[in-house]
Amino acid sequence: MLKRLLLRPALAAALLTACSGPSANTAARLPILGERDVRPRADGGPADTVFATVPAFRLTDQTGRVITNKTFAGRAYVADFFFATCPGICPKMQAELLKVYAQFGKDARLAFLSHTIDPAHDSVPVLRDYADRLGLAGARNWYFATTGARGEPAARDTVFQLARAYFTAAEPDKQAPGGFAHNGTFALVDDRGHIRGLYDSLNPTEVARLLAELPTLLAELDTRKPAVAAQ
Amino acid sequence: MPVRVRFLLGGLLALAAALPGCFSNNRNQGARLYVQHCAGCHGEQGQGLARLIPPLAGADYLVDHRAELACLLRHGQNRVIVVNGVGYHNVMPGNKALNPAQLTNLLNYVESHWGNEAVPRTIRQVQQQLDACPAR
Repeated sequence: MLKRLLLRPALAAALLTACSGPSANTAARLPILGERDVRPRADGGPADTVFATVPAFRLTDQTGRVITNKTFAGRAYVADFFFATCPGICPKMQAELLKVYAQFGKDARLAFLSHTIDPAHDSVPVLRDYADRLGLAGARNWYFATTGARGEPAARDTVFQLARAYFTAAEPDKQAPGGFAHNGTFALVDDRGHIRGLYDSLNPTEVARLLAELPTLLAELDTRKPAVAAQ
Repeated sequence: MPVRVRFLLGGLLALAAALPGCFSNNRNQGARLYVQHCAGCHGEQGQGLARLIPPLAGADYLVDHRAELACLLRHGQNRVIVVNGVGYHNVMPGNKALNPAQLTNLLNYVESHWGNEAVPRTIRQVQQQLDACPAR
């Protein structure tokens, strides 16, 4: 079961990247992953390609602040899914994300978003304690977020759905350590909500690829900043 | 005579084929079990993870609670645990599938690496400790 879960994002990434394919004049640009929609234009001009984005979300972070897609406006972020009492892959996964944070944590263009898949247990104080214990007490750009800060009955379904949108498989599994089976995918999301990279955090080569590809995306963000300011 | 030689050769071949089965690959079993069951949380070098997962490398707990470690591995623990002066409260799952010999090799590996220098345990000692695990 776990193996199947682990394979899925890699496969999805491979398939999706294969579909997007590098266009000739974009030497260093990360692909946009996910399904796309081609919409004919009413005026008969060339059809518009609409790329998939991360769905709208409303979460609460470890300080009790509400965070939404808008929290990340103009910034890229790395998303993952964990739970505080996870005895399986989470410590390894978060240790890897800490490495990324050590290199890019001070960069204002980038944020980090760790979703708990166990909102029933991981309350705001539990998330705060978790962040503190990771050495992130003062970190303002790494959000440990829950879909269930107010005891929402659908909190778990909401976060599982969200996980799927980020190409992370997560589901309750009595056989799995800690009661949840999930994989350790890092999703790299750009300032427009497009997923630009998927990386298996348990594979050092993949984490190295994330570190190598991040500057490419951040440079792309820079090209948009002046244009936005000019409008 | 040739028949005897052939017989002897055949016997040797059979012996050679059977020999690898006689030698268990248990010499590095402790290291393998560590990677398989422990390294995900405690780190490949026993370094732990910040204040979330206690270290095993140079951990005073291993020395101070030596006699309890076999039970801790088998049954896990969910109390606050103080290691090198830092309190940790994450749950550690037990592993009931590891037999006394495996637990012995695992403990001997952990207790002889990353600055840990304990006297090796015997399977019999570990078995006795397991037999006397406190009720849970």
